[in-house]
Amino acid sequence: MAVAGTATEALPEKGRETAGLALVDSALRLIRTFFEWFGNLGMFSWQVLRAGVTPPYEWREALRQVDEVGAKSFPLVALAGAAVGVVTSLEARQTLVRFGAQSMFPSSLVYSVIEVMGPIITGLVVSGRVGAGIGAELASMKVTEQIDALEASAVNPYRLLAATRILACILMLPLLTIVTDAFALATGWFAQAMVEPLSFHQFIEAGFHGATFNAFLPPTFKTLVYGLIIGLIACFQGMRCSGGAEGVGRAATNSVVLGSLFLILADVVLVKLILVVFP
Amino acid sequence: MATAIDTATKPAETIGDRCQPAVAVVNLHKAFGQHKVLNGINLEVAPGATMAVLGRSGTGKSVLLRLIIGLAQPDSGSIAIQGLDISSLSTDQLNGVRKRMGFLFQHAALYDSLTAAENVGFPLEHHRREMSRSERNDRVHGLLMEVGVEDSADSMPSELSGGMQKRVGLARALALDPEILLLDEPTAGLDPISSREIDTLILKLQSEHHMASIVVTHDLFSAKTISNRLALLDQGNVVIEGTFEDLRNSDLQFVQEFLQQP
Repeated sequence: MAVAGTATEALPEKGRETAGLALVDSALRLIRTFFEWFGNLGMFSWQVLRAGVTPPYEWREALRQVDEVGAKSFPLVALAGAAVGVVTSLEARQTLVRFGAQSMFPSSLVYSVIEVMGPIITGLVVSGRVGAGIGAELASMKVTEQIDALEASAVNPYRLLAATRILACILMLPLLTIVTDAFALATGWFAQAMVEPLSFHQFIEAGFHGATFNAFLPPTFKTLVYGLIIGLIACFQGMRCSGGAEGVGRAATNSVVLGSLFLILADVVLVKLILVVFP
Repeated sequence: MATAIDTATKPAETIGDRCQPAVAVVNLHKAFGQHKVLNGINLEVAPGATMAVLGRSGTGKSVLLRLIIGLAQPDSGSIAIQGLDISSLSTDQLNGVRKRMGFLFQHAALYDSLTAAENVGFPLEHHRREMSRSERNDRVHGLLMEVGVEDSADSMPSELSGGMQKRVGLARALALDPEILLLDEPTAGLDPISSREIDTLILKLQSEHHMASIVVTHDLFSAKTISNRLALLDQGNVVIEGTFEDLRNSDLQFVQEFLQQP
């Protein structure tokens, strides 16, 4: 009886031990996958950089991508900017009225749009549209052997496909941010003017009063980094895709999710950096 | 056989010796994880000759072609293209060798954002930059005529049938006037009539362009029609290599079973 009792007690103990080992094993595997992913991303970045800076340059494809990323994202970022402008205006006005600081409205709107809302909204919108597009396009090319066909034709896919798309993202993000800012300020002013008379001239004058380039240029140009992140992650996810239609879907989703996530994380670092460098 | 000649100082397009075998594969091994695909393969294709590589699915035939054109790296062994060991080449030099080779993928792998004519013109646009636009258009038109799809020049790949896609893929593979042509299952997925048309087309192109070819196929009739020699692969090894008659006279049971396929 006593022997049997010991045996039954030992069994769950062994089970717990096995479960613990399995847990440790899967944790180790997760850590290894995490570092492998970053290692592969590093090697991919190096290959793209090396291909991108050495001739022959793919100017035509780069221009096509500038159009694809820039011109075709224009309506979307303009719309997003307009919506952000109205919402920010309504929210800011309510808060400022509560504290009796209505006169601060123009500068409050200008600073919140240009320093905070404009860049991040542009980044997230472009990440959704362009990131998913690049991820899906390259993944589809990968699974249908089109990328292999490029290599077999002695054309460097890192140069033709990745470097051009990443460059287009880097160049277009600041310009698209300016579009978002402009539409947000215009609709923000319009929403305010509907409630209480305020000319656009007065709004701009009061909004930008005492502003320096240091206040506006760094937040706009930090989107160069957003462009790099969006393009790099999308190209990386697309070009390493495997597994048919499911893999293409996964690459598109990961391009958006990881692109947006890294973009927000980068924003934390960049905001701090800008505060230190441009106090 | 593979020579470590002075490649560092020579332009990529000029390296290699055209008197050497077009392709020489020596003791080639390739595994994916635990799965050994190629297990010490030896093959040699003479200039202007056509070798058909046969075998069951999963015996590494397509992997062999990918290794030959440098889309994958072997675990060990060597591949020499016109006497030049490609494992010792820089990326630029490998690209120089690739410009002398044409590759037809199993599913054609046409660029789906380009028309048929743009697909064929793509290698010219990248590697024959000295050509004027009209010269390039003439060359593309000539190639599309040669493979019999000149009426579909402006069609997108999705608008073409499987056979027509293969023809456009073949025209693209021929665009740079290759000395070596690699064909991965050129008749796979096609009806018997289209398959024979593709065979006839390949024969015609071989006689006109005098290329060395390696054709990976399951289609025994096609292999017999278009090749001088055949190599039969099983479990990562060449079971037998020779003419179709050599294979038919072989006593090996696997060879006889393979030849008796419907």
